[in-house]
Formats: sequence, C-alpha cells, structure tokens
Amino acid sequence: MSLLIDPEIAARVDRLELPFNAYGVDPYGASKQHLARLFTLLRFLYRHYFSVGVEGIEHVPARGRAMLVGNHSGGIAIDGAMVITSCFFELEPPRLAQGMAEKFMAQTPFMGLLATRSGQLTGLVETAEHLLHDERLLMIFPEGARGTAKLYPERNTLVHFGSGFMRLAMKTRTPIIPFGFVGGGEAIPTIANSYALGKLLGAPYVPITPWGVALPAPVRLELTYSAPMNFDGTGTEEDEVIEGYVEQVKQRIAGLIEVGRERRRKALAWSRDAEDEARIEGETGGTKEEQR
Amino acid sequence: MRVLIPGIGGVLGQRVARRLLEQGHEVIGIDRRPWPDAPPGIELHNVDIRKRAAEDVFRKRRPQAVIHMATVTHLVEKTAERYKINLGGTRAVFEHCRDWGVEHAIFVGRHTYYGAAADSPLYHKEEDPPMAVTTFPELSDLVAADLYACTALWRLPNLCTTVLRMVYTLGPTGHGTLATFLRGRHVPMVLGFDPLFHFMHEEDVTTAICLALEKRVQGVYNVAGPQPVPLSVVVRGTGRAPIPLPEFAFRAALGRFGLPRLPPGALAHIMYPVVVDSEAFRAATGFVHQVDEVRAMEEYRNAFPVRG
Repeated sequence: MSLLIDPEIAARVDRLELPFNAYGVDPYGASKQHLARLFTLLRFLYRHYFSVGVEGIEHVPARGRAMLVGNHSGGIAIDGAMVITSCFFELEPPRLAQGMAEKFMAQTPFMGLLATRSGQLTGLVETAEHLLHDERLLMIFPEGARGTAKLYPERNTLVHFGSGFMRLAMKTRTPIIPFGFVGGGEAIPTIANSYALGKLLGAPYVPITPWGVALPAPVRLELTYSAPMNFDGTGTEEDEVIEGYVEQVKQRIAGLIEVGRERRRKALAWSRDAEDEARIEGETGGTKEEQR
Repeated sequence: MRVLIPGIGGVLGQRVARRLLEQGHEVIGIDRRPWPDAPPGIELHNVDIRKRAAEDVFRKRRPQAVIHMATVTHLVEKTAERYKINLGGTRAVFEHCRDWGVEHAIFVGRHTYYGAAADSPLYHKEEDPPMAVTTFPELSDLVAADLYACTALWRLPNLCTTVLRMVYTLGPTGHGTLATFLRGRHVPMVLGFDPLFHFMHEEDVTTAICLALEKRVQGVYNVAGPQPVPLSVVVRGTGRAPIPLPEFAFRAALGRFGLPRLPPGALAHIMYPVVVDSEAFRAATGFVHQVDEVRAMEEYRNAFPVRG
C-alpha cells in the first residue's frame, strides 16, 4: 500500500456500501485505491487546512437514493470536495457523494481520470438517472459553471438555478437534501475570471485571486444541511410548476447560507476573543487574519 | 427449429452453430470462408450472402430463424469492400427473410454503435443515438447496418426481429476487436486516460445469442455480462504491460513500432468509455452471465501468453 494512504481511511473505504469488483473498481469506475488516497488528502484539508463546521449531516440518509443540492462557493471545486468529505467522514456507514463534473474535465488528461476514479462523473442526465436508479447519493450544484464564476462581493448570493435536477428528482422520486456552503468565496476570493486563460487550458475560465492563482486560503468553511424536501409528480409538469419548486429549494438554500454565515461569524468572533485573552495573558497569540 | 447462420465461418458463428446443434436444432450455414472441421450435422454453403446462390439456400431450405453474423469490422476489411458486405449483406438477409417466410431474424451488432466521446453517458440505453458516426467514421457502416436491421421492426411486421448490441468479446479464442488490440506484449494507452471497457466471455456471448433465439424476443437489446473494468486493469489482468503515450505521440506512433494501425477515430475508444445497460435483455430472456471479468481475462492470458 502506498505511503499516501492512511490505513484507517482505507478501512473506511472498505465500509462504503458500493459493489466494488475483485479489482476494487465499482461499475462507474470509482476505485478503492484512488478513494483511499483522495480521502487521505481531503481529510487533511477538511480537518487541518480549512476548519469545516458541519451542521445537519443527520439529514443525509444512510442508504438509498438522494440528491444533495446546494450553492457554489469559491472558484474551484472546494465546495464539492468538502461535501464529499463530510459524507465520507461524518456518516455511519460512510457514503460516497457523486458529483456531476463539467464536460471539459473528461477531455483533460488525468483530470477526467482522477474524477472518474473517485466517483465524480461527467454531468449528464442519463448518467445521473442511472446513479439514482442504483440508489446512489448524488451531489448537484444547480448553478453550474455560472456559480463558480461568482466574484468576491457576490460570494454569498445565488445565481440562476437550472431546473433539470428538479425534473429528475420528481421522475425518480428522489428526496432533495438542500445544503448551504459558506466560506469558499473567502478561501478563493475571485477578483476576475480569465476566459482567455481558460480557453488556453481547455476550461471555461480560470479564476484570478489577489495572489494570482486560485490556491485556496486556509479559512473557516461552514456547511449546513437541511431536512429532505420531497416533491410529488412525474417531472413532466409545466415549467411554471417546476420553477416554483426550484424556487422553494433556492429559498431554502439561501436560508442555509445565512445560517452558515451566522455560525461562521460567531466562530470567528470566538476565536478572536480567545486570541485577545491570550494576548492579555502576555502571550503573543497567532494573528490569524480572516475576512469577516 | 431450422436455423440459418450467415457468417457461420467466424469464431462466434462456429460457436453458436455448435451450441444450437447440441440443443437439437437443425443448423445451416452460409459463409465465403471455409470451415474445414465443421461437425457433420451442420450443412454448409460456401457462397457469398449477397449472391443468388445464397437466396437459393433460403428458397430450398426454408429456415425458420436466421442469425445474421456476416458483418466485418475495420480490422478485417478495407473500406469499400466492408461497406458492401455490411450494408449489402444485411439488406440481402432481411429481404430473403421477407420473401421466404422466415419467422425470426437476429442481427448480431456491436455496442460500439453508441460511440465513445467525453460527453457520452455511462450505461447507454437502447434508445441512445449512435454517436459513433461522428467520433469514428470508420464505424459508420456498422451503425448503418444496425439501423437498417432496426427498420425491419416496422417494415416487416410479420418477421420477429431482434437486434443485439454485444459488448466486446474476450476469451481463449482471442476473437474480437478488444482481444486483437491486446495481442501484443505492450499495449498502448493514451496518457491520462483510462476508460472503462465492457466485455464478456465468448461462452456467454454464445449463450446470449442462443437465448435470444429461444425466447424469440423482439426489439433492440444491449447485451453485456459482468461490470466493465478500466483498460489498465484489462491490460495488466491479461498479463500485458501498458505503455501510456501522450495523445499527440500516440497519433504519430500509430502503425509504427509494432503498434496497430488504427484509424484516428479509434483513439476515442481508448480515451472514453462505451458502457451499456443490459437490463432490458436480462429481463426479457433471463440471461445471467457465467464467466466473470476476472476469469475471462485469465483465460485470455493463458491462451495468449506473452512470449519472452
């Protein structure tokens, strides 16, 4: 076993309830070895690099199909990565949340491969439906690439939601578990998106931060899940009906973002108080600067 | 039942013929290729399916069922001839079926019909469109033959038509596109890509075709056995060594240094997966595969060990 894999995490990967074959590969190409390596890295980010506050993880069902639907926060996929990590470490037994990636990922050498091996597939309705049919846990960002393009001042707002996820959820009778993600915009404060650079790299655009590249800063992130929402119907309803339902989900997510912001403010205020106390006691506490 | 198999001389044709004979069917074969050690019970006609003599076989022998396996891939024939065989041959088979009272026709097609592309879904359903035409023009005649066979479903209402889209074959006979690709000691791969490959053992392929005949299922069906595995696993599992080459180097190296001479479109098929959903076929026929992916690879490795 590789040095990059923590045996404890490998054991946890073994407890994933997925039909891995003799080579440790599941029917969609996710591999146990890659998952163990990925979660070893993600655990460091989740527990030590960022500090991630999670609330409401009990709303994610232990088994059966479900759709995690939330907002994009931050110019690269740390939001998705932290949601996947929370479902893997906070749930018993662990679950693999499977996201729907942008098509350009599949065309980029290694990127598409790493995504597939960790269960993250190209975003296609057919694939999503098949995953739900197999009782998997799907992770969806209805804002799509528009959502990751949010600039720093827009970081806690929501842009237009697509309605495909709602039709699919209704068609397949899948509960929607909304989540709100806060802090990604502080980790990667996008000041501009370079579409020219994106074209060069084969991506839609590349986010630019005050320090140039989109390397995330070690900040506090807040992830809030809410109770499942169920919508009855066939998924073939008129647009007006569907959009009404989508709006309900969007409102719920907007509320969850506020809950997360509040929690984040308190957590940071608390840590600032602690720093002040430390300073009073004559110690020069680390000045951990955080935007809000 | 009296069963006619155009393309009986191929590896799969022979296996299906033997199996049907064992099951007590009367088997007649048509092929340009000889089959010297054919079992005595099988009646062979050494004619071209597109020629008059082939129609005579239909007229004189009046088969009840036809299993059309006389299609070829780019690995076997050059373009013009291949088009004639795949399209002309398929047309001839269905016309003769119509004219000579055949009850059931099975077209044995390939899952590569769906084509490989970055944005093609995993687990294709039968209604998915054939992307292969754009990604891999060299496959277009097979796609056209498949679609032509599908038209029989509405054009010939008295004929029960089955179109099977089979995944790659892998087993000790070394037959098929994938097996041919894996033949050498080193197998080229595109650096940074490792798609899922869907294959099944030739025994299971035979079983599936015979089941389609026995259950007389009508319609279009994907046929697959065990779950797909990544190409790198297939390469190592069959005792080969993968050589990852960057895409541009791969394109330049094709046909040189002992690498197979593949059309450029074929590259998509080793970069992106073609994986099918065979649930409908399993539900309609009760098909269950007997050989898993591990044993299929093992049997291939033992039959074609790497020399030196």
